[in-house]
Amino acid sequence: MNHEAIDRTESSEEITGPVLYYNEAVIDHFMNPRHVGELSEAETDGFGVVGDPACGDQMKLWIAVQDGRIAKIAFKSFGCPGAIATSSMLTALAAGETIDTARGITDDDVIEALGGIPERKRHCSLLGVRALHAAIDEWEQRNRREMAP
Amino acid sequence: MIYLDHNATTPLAPTALEAMLPYLRERYGNPSSPYRFGNEARGAVERARSRIAECIGCKPVEIIFCASGTEADNLALRGVAHALEARGRHIVTTAIEHPAVLHTCKALEREGFRLTYLPVSDDGAVEPGALAASLCPDTIMVSAMHANNETGVLQPIEEIAAIARRRGVLLHTDAVQSVGKVPFRVDDLGADLIAFSGHKLYGPKGIGVLYARRGTQLTSVITGGGHELGLRAGTENVAAIIGLAEAVCLAFEEQEAQAVRLGALRDRFERRVCAAIRRIKINGEGTPRVPSTSSLSVQGVDGESIVLGLDVRGICVSTGSACSTGEDEPSHVLRAMGRPAQEARGAIRLSLGKETREADMDTTVQVLTETVERLRSISSDRG
Repeated sequence: MNHEAIDRTESSEEITGPVLYYNEAVIDHFMNPRHVGELSEAETDGFGVVGDPACGDQMKLWIAVQDGRIAKIAFKSFGCPGAIATSSMLTALAAGETIDTARGITDDDVIEALGGIPERKRHCSLLGVRALHAAIDEWEQRNRREMAP
Repeated sequence: MIYLDHNATTPLAPTALEAMLPYLRERYGNPSSPYRFGNEARGAVERARSRIAECIGCKPVEIIFCASGTEADNLALRGVAHALEARGRHIVTTAIEHPAVLHTCKALEREGFRLTYLPVSDDGAVEPGALAASLCPDTIMVSAMHANNETGVLQPIEEIAAIARRRGVLLHTDAVQSVGKVPFRVDDLGADLIAFSGHKLYGPKGIGVLYARRGTQLTSVITGGGHELGLRAGTENVAAIIGLAEAVCLAFEEQEAQAVRLGALRDRFERRVCAAIRRIKINGEGTPRVPSTSSLSVQGVDGESIVLGLDVRGICVSTGSACSTGEDEPSHVLRAMGRPAQEARGAIRLSLGKETREADMDTTVQVLTETVERLRSISSDRG
């Protein structure tokens, strides 16, 4: 018989499967997401939209920049609890920070701030980070155009 | 807590528990032991077998106790495949089977068997015509589920059985989601092999049944002592067998009344939900379904987010399917029904049970409406 071999030495310590356990912080950010909404066109200095075609999540993120800091941030997400909670935490971490600090926030920072998320939801946290980078990129491009002679 | 996930598992019937307890305590004898103490356990197991046989309309000898519905499916598929491989290596199944069948078929494919996965129409049922067209001279078996676990849609097993019989092909049906929920007699159904499980019908977990019509060629999967006519080795799970028999008898006794009650509750719930929430679809509506299952596709939101949102408010439902592979693939059942990925993504399943009351369903309509509204206000998907 030709069964698919499962290498026990390679298998994770954690029992993975359909079980999804979210900690209190994740559930809080899922139930009461911070900075949900949109910024008006006049307010918006940078906008990013990213999608993860693998799982279908979509994320839109708006920023308003004042004196090199993120003065306002807003997001909307069509996603699973992991996507909503990590996006919410990302906006909480980025709000009020300098552009450089905000750009430096990683998916690991977001997950750490939430106290961890289930392993198979880790990729969700990239969505917000990528959307923020896209929004900052747009802000920089606009800036460059304005600075240009 | 409002528990609306009876297709996942059910609470143990109190009478089943009572019947089991002596066999977990003082009557711990091994049914294979040669003295009276063992004989008592043997008697209890065989009485249980007879009671179940009487309920489903078969002979006791046609019932093989297994550890789960999944194991029963494995025994049917692998057992027939290996017993008949000299005759042919083609097996037909459907695209909407439970992983217990689907993944076992994939394993048989890796062994060199040829598999055909029949499509379903957009209402979620297999077309018998497609089955007839798929049969080859070397087809040895058809495996088609009775009721789908996600949508509750009943497959036309009687017609499938007639086609299979005409062509001399064995039929296995995974009836885990239908036994106890719809009228059920093996001869009416016409299948040669039928798998079902204890814990889906208010019996204990860890016990399943494979009905195998007399004369059906079968090779054992689990080998050892000659238990279960040499088809399934391992000391019988006596208490679970006793509990199963009790639960099966009760389920058959109450089937008609529960079907009427739950069907009315389910239909009322669906009417109310459709009135309260826009852009929502009932999967399998207008097709014969088991009366206790409701599969909804909510557009613009993620099913898992709805499940967690309801969980926080004390309501247990599930997404289209429990994703056990670790990948967030949308339901293969809804995809096979031609639903776009977005609709499959926003699918939730509610399955009602004996302890479900009208007030529970009214609360659920309310909480579901609020949850969907909240998630849509967060959602980047406009519509």
